[in-house]
Amino acid sequence: MGFKSYVIRRTLAGIPVFIGLSILIFTLARVLPGDPARLALGPRATDEAVQSLRDEMGLDDPVVVQYFDYMAGLLQGDMGISLITNRNVAADLVYFFPATFELITVGMLIAIAIGVPLGIIAGRNKDEAEDNASRLFAFFGVSMPAFWAAILLQLVFAFHLGLLPATGRIGVEAPPRLTGMMLVDSLIAMDFRAFRSAVAHIALPAFTLALAPMADIARMTRSSFIEELNKDYVHALHSSGIPGKLIAYKYVLKSSFAATLTIIALDYGFLIGSAFLIEIVFAWPGMARYGVDAILANDINAIVGVTLVVGIVFIVANLVVDILYGYFDPRVRYGGDGE
Amino acid sequence: MSAIENWYHSESMENRKESARRIAYRFRQNPLSLVGLGIIVGLVFIAIFAPYIARHPQDAGYMGEPAVDFANRFAEPSLAHPFGTDQAGRDILSRVIFGTRYSLALGLFVLTFAIGIGVPVGLVAGYVGGFTGQVLMRITDIFLSVPPLVLALAVAVPLQPSLRNAMIAIAVVWWPWYARLVYGEVISVREEQFVEASRGIGASRIRIMFREILPNVLAPITVKFSLDMGYAILIGASLGFLGLGAQPPTPEWGTMIAEGRAYLPAQWWYSTFPGVAIFIAVLGFNLLGDGLRDVLDVEVD
Repeated sequence: MGFKSYVIRRTLAGIPVFIGLSILIFTLARVLPGDPARLALGPRATDEAVQSLRDEMGLDDPVVVQYFDYMAGLLQGDMGISLITNRNVAADLVYFFPATFELITVGMLIAIAIGVPLGIIAGRNKDEAEDNASRLFAFFGVSMPAFWAAILLQLVFAFHLGLLPATGRIGVEAPPRLTGMMLVDSLIAMDFRAFRSAVAHIALPAFTLALAPMADIARMTRSSFIEELNKDYVHALHSSGIPGKLIAYKYVLKSSFAATLTIIALDYGFLIGSAFLIEIVFAWPGMARYGVDAILANDINAIVGVTLVVGIVFIVANLVVDILYGYFDPRVRYGGDGE
Repeated sequence: MSAIENWYHSESMENRKESARRIAYRFRQNPLSLVGLGIIVGLVFIAIFAPYIARHPQDAGYMGEPAVDFANRFAEPSLAHPFGTDQAGRDILSRVIFGTRYSLALGLFVLTFAIGIGVPVGLVAGYVGGFTGQVLMRITDIFLSVPPLVLALAVAVPLQPSLRNAMIAIAVVWWPWYARLVYGEVISVREEQFVEASRGIGASRIRIMFREILPNVLAPITVKFSLDMGYAILIGASLGFLGLGAQPPTPEWGTMIAEGRAYLPAQWWYSTFPGVAIFIAVLGFNLLGDGLRDVLDVEVD
């Protein structure tokens, strides 16, 4: 099978997963005990008020009908009204998602920029001090609660040293909104003061977010690097007198990078989960914070919307992993999906 | 055949002892996994004997509601209160000690449930296969298509926030990981000769699944269990931190960190020390799991 048809087949395979996910989320939100209308209005609302909200939300229809209504709306960009913002959830998501996307993307770039070199250093010096240090660091990275690391970094760098701002996205007047990503918008507007402020604001949250994937990437790079170093062709290169450094960077790195790429794509999906904690600590006005606010306010439409978007990001990340696998290892394409 | 399978399949007691010794030896060669084991033994000890170890068990709500002592509010860390005191003058160290109980209980509950559901699902999907298997694995895929924390949040919402409901929410989203792990392992051994042979002499499906195939999956499950204990504790603390888990004044670690955030940066110790406890607990399970992975020579996802 060619690479193109493999990609198409894989992409199509994501659709039933998305539909399944929408059913799961939707059913969870409706079937579990508790009346969303009552929860939204609070215990002091009159029964009439609750009933009229139930009618408005169509809560008395059978769940199947509600689901199809919702999906029909979704196709037209209507995700219901959010109870906390009184706007359509779709509009809210378009507004809040870019901030989260910017945060996790910068976080991932930091994780790669530090994680990959760490892994290579560890792999080239297997079982030596550098290796052990990077292993220890990797353990620390995955064991640290993200929200706690966020608080500590905030304490040290914002409150004590005063080097970086503690919360928010920007400290000066924001550039006109085009993409919703401060870094990009300020560059488009050629407003370098805003850009500097945006960089300072994103530094701490993005770095905190980067800690866990950084450790993951370092570990993966190390192990695939070592595996590759033991292959015959490397011994052949060695015996023909090619210097170790050249072998490492020119040949080994390239072929060991496939495994690292896949872990990067997977971690990208997980980062959006951590964002739910980080955005709270740094008061980052993104989708995850909107989601948490929705959760605390029992805003059911917003919760379903946010969870669906997270699911889409995750499904796309997994799709990219599969495609990368297929690209780097053509055997995967022919083997079907292993069933 | 991995060491643990050797051990399981050994016919004589002698052989069994020998393989067990070999596993123990390889485990001892790895100092980090010993550190991990030490941490976990320590945690279990602390959890069991918390009332005797904590200097102020009543501050953690032992035998009644947590005590208050406003005269002692926000005492800095000192010999009397090594981790300081909180906004109600309660000893944070004592509360952190009792917090061990909540986190370990959460991890155990979540994983017992997850293994109890996920392993049979994976076995059936992998061995029986066919339409049933397809349906089971598609359902599993759907659960796996959202990060566990986010799905747990979605599940936790309609339930009232409490530690018990947080446990339920996490357990509901955790089993698919075991289903997928077991499924993959079953696929890889289902055509092996010993399964074939067992089928040939007329063993029932149930017997083949649980007596012949399951032992081959024990090693990866053990490793994943240890790694997941840490991860489940993290997720549990995260729910507590977001206000969807244990409610104050329960001395749950994540909940305490959330409470302490209101008093930053002046009362820095309040949020810091419960976090240290989470970090050490999770680190312990990660170190142990990683060591077991080396010793048992298995891959988990």
